[in-house]
Amino acid sequence: MAQPVGFFTDTTLCIGCKACEVACKEWNQLPNNPLEFRDSYDNTGQLDHANWRHVRFVEQPTKTPDKPIAWSMMSDVCKHCANASCLEVCPTDAIVRTEFDTVFIQQDVCNGCRDCISACPYGVIGFNTDTGTAQKCTFCYDRLQNNLKPACATACPTQSIKFGPLDEMRRVAADRVSTLHQQGMSEARIYGDKEYGGLHAMFLLTDKPEAYALPSTESAVLPSRNNIPGYVTAAITAILAGVAGLIAFRRRGETTASPSPSGGGAPSSPSPSGGGAPSSPSPSRGGAPSSPSPPAGEGRGGG
Amino acid sequence: MPNEHFVAPPNWEWYILLYFFFAGLAGGAFVIGTMLRLWGSAADWVTSRIAFLISLPLLLICPILLTLDLGKPLDFWHMLFNAGTGAPVFKTWSPMSLGAWALLVFGFFAFVMFLVALGEGGYVRSRALSRVGRLPTNVFGLVFMVIGAILGIFIAAYTGVLLAVSNQPVWSDTWTLGGLFLASGLSGAAATIMLLSRRQREATVTEPKLMEADRYFIILELILIAIFLITLGGLVTKVLGGAWILLWLVVLVGTLVPLLVEWRPRWSRQVSPVLASVLVLVGVLALRAVIIFSAQA
Repeated sequence: MAQPVGFFTDTTLCIGCKACEVACKEWNQLPNNPLEFRDSYDNTGQLDHANWRHVRFVEQPTKTPDKPIAWSMMSDVCKHCANASCLEVCPTDAIVRTEFDTVFIQQDVCNGCRDCISACPYGVIGFNTDTGTAQKCTFCYDRLQNNLKPACATACPTQSIKFGPLDEMRRVAADRVSTLHQQGMSEARIYGDKEYGGLHAMFLLTDKPEAYALPSTESAVLPSRNNIPGYVTAAITAILAGVAGLIAFRRRGETTASPSPSGGGAPSSPSPSGGGAPSSPSPSRGGAPSSPSPPAGEGRGGG
Repeated sequence: MPNEHFVAPPNWEWYILLYFFFAGLAGGAFVIGTMLRLWGSAADWVTSRIAFLISLPLLLICPILLTLDLGKPLDFWHMLFNAGTGAPVFKTWSPMSLGAWALLVFGFFAFVMFLVALGEGGYVRSRALSRVGRLPTNVFGLVFMVIGAILGIFIAAYTGVLLAVSNQPVWSDTWTLGGLFLASGLSGAAATIMLLSRRQREATVTEPKLMEADRYFIILELILIAIFLITLGGLVTKVLGGAWILLWLVVLVGTLVPLLVEWRPRWSRQVSPVLASVLVLVGVLALRAVIIFSAQA
């Protein structure tokens, strides 16, 4: 079994050069983004089927009057969660865990149901209309199999994106946070050591996770949490509907259903044998139709 | 308090909306047909037969819509069998996986009861069909219908659970959707059966009972809508805000007007029962539309 691997992305070192985005697109042969202007240097927009790395330009207010806004740059990527929401809901088993403990979408198995897209709390997965499949970062699975670092980590010029064995990345992250705390950067924190059982892509943040479009630790919950409450509510509704049906459909002094269609149960039974097939009882508002009685003893119970 | 997630929309649109709609009607029709057999009188069998006769055609639309919605429609079978090994894929914790199997199994029950209804009603002259038509008259037949009805309940309800078992804001922030879709599916099925049974004179005896049942289903639906909105907390503006309020108005018209018509029959003079049934169906569709689309907007 290969060793579990991980990314540690230090946002304090990111300069927003987007070399990671370019390297990712080049290695994975992802299509170009359509040319469009956005009100930001962030012209990628979001992670999706064609963008497996996305450098976020997070605008934050400062206390300096002449520079009221500062950027925090963060190279976002699939988190390859230990407890992955996408993998949990995938109905086709197209999403699997690799020998490197990363999460991988098998393109030949995925049939494009898009359940994983609604499950991923990070908005990582996109739908490729050309292939008809869901796509996301593969952790450069092909490179890992050949003992190469993922393209993004290889290209990062500031070593903001670090790659290595997961345990080592956790140590590096912890050391870095403690260094920053010693330097007075008390807001520095690690994201990804607790969420979803531990992420394979951890981040060093200088603000609360929500500022980087990351769910808080409390919000990092799996879709399956709603299975039991959802089915229980449906079951209670079914019971109430059953009671409603019993009240509405119960026999009110009417004829009972016959045990044999040819014996009178079905009002327009094709059987000619008679025996009480009710012949179009007259409609009576209020529920008690005056249908004729079937032969004695043929009922299924009293009304 | 709702969780804060940053989910991309899966772009489930018209095919899924129509699938949810028809699944609710198909499952609901089977359930109503079974309830009429269990608790109704002999005169109710005609309406019960109509319920079984519509359940299968409505159900058959469902896999077509689901398949069309897939990115790779020809790989629809991956929902049931592993593409590599051919082994069945059955994930109890994935409503989509469960739903795919439930559609298949419920399809069998709906098909058999369709044949039963054909045989029993004498629509097709065949000795084999008339034998099948006797199925509901014994204990085995009743057990068969009850199992089918349980599957019908699942088919009508699981679509709501499917939405909830996600991290999509709105859908995943409430536990009501399974029950809500079931109640509205039953109401829609009752309305459909009422519409179709008006053509059969023998079935009109059951109409008051169906109206009464529909009244209860609508009340259940309204209660669940209220709980749904309450459970959303601050997210309620996402489903009620902007143009979505218009769809909610359609939902209200599709529930309150039929409810009043069915409760106070003298209203029928102003609003015909046919119109009331149509309003119910439009309301059922609008409810699913507003829940599906507003969360992804």
